[in-house]
Amino acid sequence: MTRAMRGEELGPHIQAAFPQGVERWEGGSLWIRPEAVLDVARFLKETPPLAFDLLNSITAVDYVEHFEIVYHLTSTVHNHKAVLKARVYGRELPSLPSVTSVWQGADFQEREVWDLMGVAFTGHANLKRIMLWEGFPGHPLRKDYLEPPR
Amino acid sequence: MPLRTEPVTVNIGPQHPSTHGVFRMRVTFDGEVVLDVEPVFGYLHRGSEKLAEERTYTQVITLTDRLDYVASMTSNQAYVLACEQLGDIQTPERGRYLRVIAAELQRVASHLMATGFLLNDLGAFATPLMYCFREREKVLDLFEMLCGARITMTYLRVGGVFQDAPEEFWPALKRFVAEMPHYIDEYEQLLSENEILLARTRGVGVLGTGEALNCSVTGPVLRSTGFAWDLRKVDPYEVYDRLEFEVPVGEHGDNYDRYKVRILEMRQSVRILEQCLAQVPSGPVRAEVPQLYRPPPGEAYGRVESPKGELGFYLVSDGGIAPYRCKVRSPSFINLTVLRDLLVGWKLADMIVTFGSIDVNMGEVDR
Repeated sequence: MTRAMRGEELGPHIQAAFPQGVERWEGGSLWIRPEAVLDVARFLKETPPLAFDLLNSITAVDYVEHFEIVYHLTSTVHNHKAVLKARVYGRELPSLPSVTSVWQGADFQEREVWDLMGVAFTGHANLKRIMLWEGFPGHPLRKDYLEPPR
Repeated sequence: MPLRTEPVTVNIGPQHPSTHGVFRMRVTFDGEVVLDVEPVFGYLHRGSEKLAEERTYTQVITLTDRLDYVASMTSNQAYVLACEQLGDIQTPERGRYLRVIAAELQRVASHLMATGFLLNDLGAFATPLMYCFREREKVLDLFEMLCGARITMTYLRVGGVFQDAPEEFWPALKRFVAEMPHYIDEYEQLLSENEILLARTRGVGVLGTGEALNCSVTGPVLRSTGFAWDLRKVDPYEVYDRLEFEVPVGEHGDNYDRYKVRILEMRQSVRILEQCLAQVPSGPVRAEVPQLYRPPPGEAYGRVESPKGELGFYLVSDGGIAPYRCKVRSPSFINLTVLRDLLVGWKLADMIVTFGSIDVNMGEVDR
C-alpha cells in the first residue's frame, strides 16, 4: 500500500530547509508559497528519505479568488505519496515557477494548465497552448469563462 | 562539388492511419533520420473536464467512457473510486469482484488492440490485427452480457456496479478463461519469435527506467524498462491484495519489450480472472447510494492501473450535485512526454512503430 504522507508530516521537513517556503498545513494538505515551488520540488526529489521521483500529475483548480495548483507526487523508492498545493492570486496573468527542470513529466501538464486554466509557468521552455489553437480567446476551465456567442 | 543537403520538415497526420486517431507530428528529417519531433494534438478535445462540472456525479461516468474508448471499464473504475473516496462509500464484496473481472477483461481487450495495431504499423497489414480482434470480440460479448453495451459501457456505478452479472455470463467467462491461454500461445507462435518482428523491434526505441520515471511514464512502457511498478501491486485497490499475480517486466525497454510485456500481462489477467471465478462471493453488487449523489466538500484522487498506465481522477467537491473540478490524469497524454526523446536519431519507419508501441488512445490524450 502506498503510504500517504500527510501535510503534517511533510511540512516540517520542508520548513526546516526553506523557512519561508511553507505557507501552512492543515487537514492533511500542505500549501507552499508559489515562488518557492521550484526549490521545494528539487528538495523533495533529491532528499534521499523523501525521494519523490515520480510526478503523477499537475493540475489547477479555480477558486475564483485564487487559483490552486495541485501537485501529486509519488516516491517509487519508499512507496509513499504526497500532495502539494500552491496558491496564486490575480486573474490577469497569475504565474509561478515551472518544475520542468526537476521532472520532465511536467512539460505537457504545465502547458495544459496554461492552456485551459490560464496560469503561466515561468521558466518553461515551450509554454504554448496544447489542446486549443493559438489565438483561442480565454481559458475555458476558468469559472468565469463564457462561451463566445456563435 | 559536395552535395548540398538540408533538413526537411514533414507533417505527419492528423489524418493518417498509423497515428491511431487524430495525432499530428511535425518532424524534421535529415534524409531518413529524425532530428526533431513536435507532437501536436487537441484535435479530439471535447472539454470533458469542463463538461463534468455541469453534470451530476452519476452522469459523469458516461463521459469517462469516452476518454479511453477501448478501455472504458478502467476509466469508469478510476472515476468511481475517486467518488467513493469523497463520500467514504464501501462497495460490497461481490461488486468489487465484478469490477475486477470487468477491469481485467478490459485489459486483455486493450492489450489485444495494442498488439494488433503494433503489427499493423510494422507492415503486417491486418492479419495479426484480425486475429487479435477475434478474441477482443469475445470480451465485448461478455461486456454485452454484463450491461448491454460493447464500447461505451458505463457499467460501474458509485458504490458498485450497475447490475449483477446474468446467469449466462459465468459459463461464458469460464470458457473464455479456459480458451484464452491457447490463443495467447497462438499469438506468441505467430509473433514472438518472428524474424521480421524481432529485426524491426529489438533494440529500437530504447527507454531507460530513470528517463521514464523523470517523464512520469507509467504502465507497460515503464515496466518494459525492467521496473516493476504496477499500482495493482504497490497500491492495491478493490480486491487486488487477495489475488495472486506477477508483474511482468522487460529488460531493455525497447519496442519488443513493450510488446512482450503486454503479452505477458494478458496471461496474468487471465490468471486473475480464474481466481475471481473461484472467489466471487454472493450478495449485493451495489451499496445504497442516492441517484443524486452529494459527497461532502473535499477532494480525492482515485487512481487505477489502466491498460495504458496510471489513470487518475482528481475530484474537488463543494458539496453540490456536480463535481467542482474533475481533472483526468490520463496516462496516454503523459506517456507522450517521452516521445521526442524516443524518436530522435531513429528512422522514419521506426518512428511509426515506436509511436505504436507506446499505445496511446487519442480520446484520452485530448479529452
